[in-house]
Amino acid sequence: MIAFDYARAASASEAIASAASQAHAKYLGGGTNLIDLMRENIEEPTALIDVSTLSDTIDVRDDSILIGAGVKNTAVAAHRAIRQRYPVLARAILAGASAQIRNMASVGGNILQRTRCTYFYDDAAHCNKRRPGTGCDARDGFNRNHAILGASPACVATHPSDMCVALAALDATVHLRGADGDRTMKLVDLHRLPGGRPDIETELRQGELITAVELPALPSSTRSTYRKVRDRASYAFALVSVAAVLDVDDASHIRDVRLALGGVAHKPWRAFAAEAALRGRPATQANFRDAAEIELKDAAGLRYNTFKIELAKRTIVATLSELNGRGRS
Amino acid sequence: MQFIINGQDHALDLDSRTSLLDLVRDHLLLTGTKKGCNQGACGACTVLVDGERINSCLALAVQYQGRAITTIEGLGSTKALHPLQQAFIEHDGFQCGYCTPGQICSAVGMTAEIEHGVPSAITEDLTAETIQLTHDELRERMSGNLCRCGAHNGIIGAIQDSFVEGGDFKNNDAKEAAE
Repeated sequence: MIAFDYARAASASEAIASAASQAHAKYLGGGTNLIDLMRENIEEPTALIDVSTLSDTIDVRDDSILIGAGVKNTAVAAHRAIRQRYPVLARAILAGASAQIRNMASVGGNILQRTRCTYFYDDAAHCNKRRPGTGCDARDGFNRNHAILGASPACVATHPSDMCVALAALDATVHLRGADGDRTMKLVDLHRLPGGRPDIETELRQGELITAVELPALPSSTRSTYRKVRDRASYAFALVSVAAVLDVDDASHIRDVRLALGGVAHKPWRAFAAEAALRGRPATQANFRDAAEIELKDAAGLRYNTFKIELAKRTIVATLSELNGRGRS
Repeated sequence: MQFIINGQDHALDLDSRTSLLDLVRDHLLLTGTKKGCNQGACGACTVLVDGERINSCLALAVQYQGRAITTIEGLGSTKALHPLQQAFIEHDGFQCGYCTPGQICSAVGMTAEIEHGVPSAITEDLTAETIQLTHDELRERMSGNLCRCGAHNGIIGAIQDSFVEGGDFKNNDAKEAAE
């Protein structure tokens, strides 16, 4: 780890001004990913601006919930209104990491965490994300945990967050503050696909700070849940995960559905094609399977992860069937 | 920098790179807290901050100034064991003992989470007021602490046996008196 200056920001504006005045500054939340990356010299900031004590409240409004970027992951999952109205979000967070890490990790940091691709972490490996233009050893390496959707010749890494998969399905909006003022962006638009520049992971501008995440209200008839498939029962990253939000009418037709997949792409993968195929159709296993086939139509497997294509389809069907059946919340 | 560790104030000059783990072990010589993986995967470095369990290896000490930090030395001593330490002995909750301080700090933090109604990934009813402390619930909640000797069944048994509602632990004497 290289030496750095540390300062705690008293406000978002102060943090942004501080970042703008220094060449290699980074914002520090819980540090659970950033400190690890700094220890490996993958991240080498010369200044850390601690924003972990800013925007640390959850504001319940009539038509939305606003979660401050500094709120710890545990506090989000434990919040009564979130457990009641957005079980998919509570379940996704609780499926991620360990209790110790959830107590440290902030919402903003969770969104901006980096891939756990082992070749990204290995300084002896070629990695276009760590060192652009050097190649990708994951493509022909051990790629069980890598992408099946939206990958590029340059990068097959996946985004590791569970929380973001739920936020994608919930149509969450991210609130940003930068030198040019405030703006908002849909969570699904924040992360990029790798293309030729896997080192550029988000649409954030230089020095821009995530201040909050906003969850729009859901009709009371909506059910939601999160299902994660992994190599061990707890404390492991997803092979495939599904966040599902389902609203079925009295005639068992799908009024609305929103689906997102984790563990399959460089970003939380919103399954727009599957959703379009399901809206207005009867909520049946056959239709769930048809929609899953449509979503995974362009999926491409690598040597060790081709199984994830069928696994993703089955997990979509299982998750929607579960919601349609007994409505686990 | 100013720290509060096990109720005692400490003032030190530290490099900003110093982790909370290295602060307690190398600078304060509180070596009960262990360095296992040093990357947040094993839980051996678990300490409590304002009663919440965290991985001290992933924490920059500078970020935790002024917070109430508790290590295993702050929970019990050889002369006055914490009820969980006694229960770990009775249940064979360890073999080599390297993960034990982290396991015990983690269990204390977990108990507070249960009292605050924090659900887990396997909690069936997310809106339930109280959480049933089943074997599976405890295993899920303790998954951030690995034991390479494989003493997990003893660890879960020790926690289950000594946990009492209200977020506290019963000690062996009290248990015998009750029986």
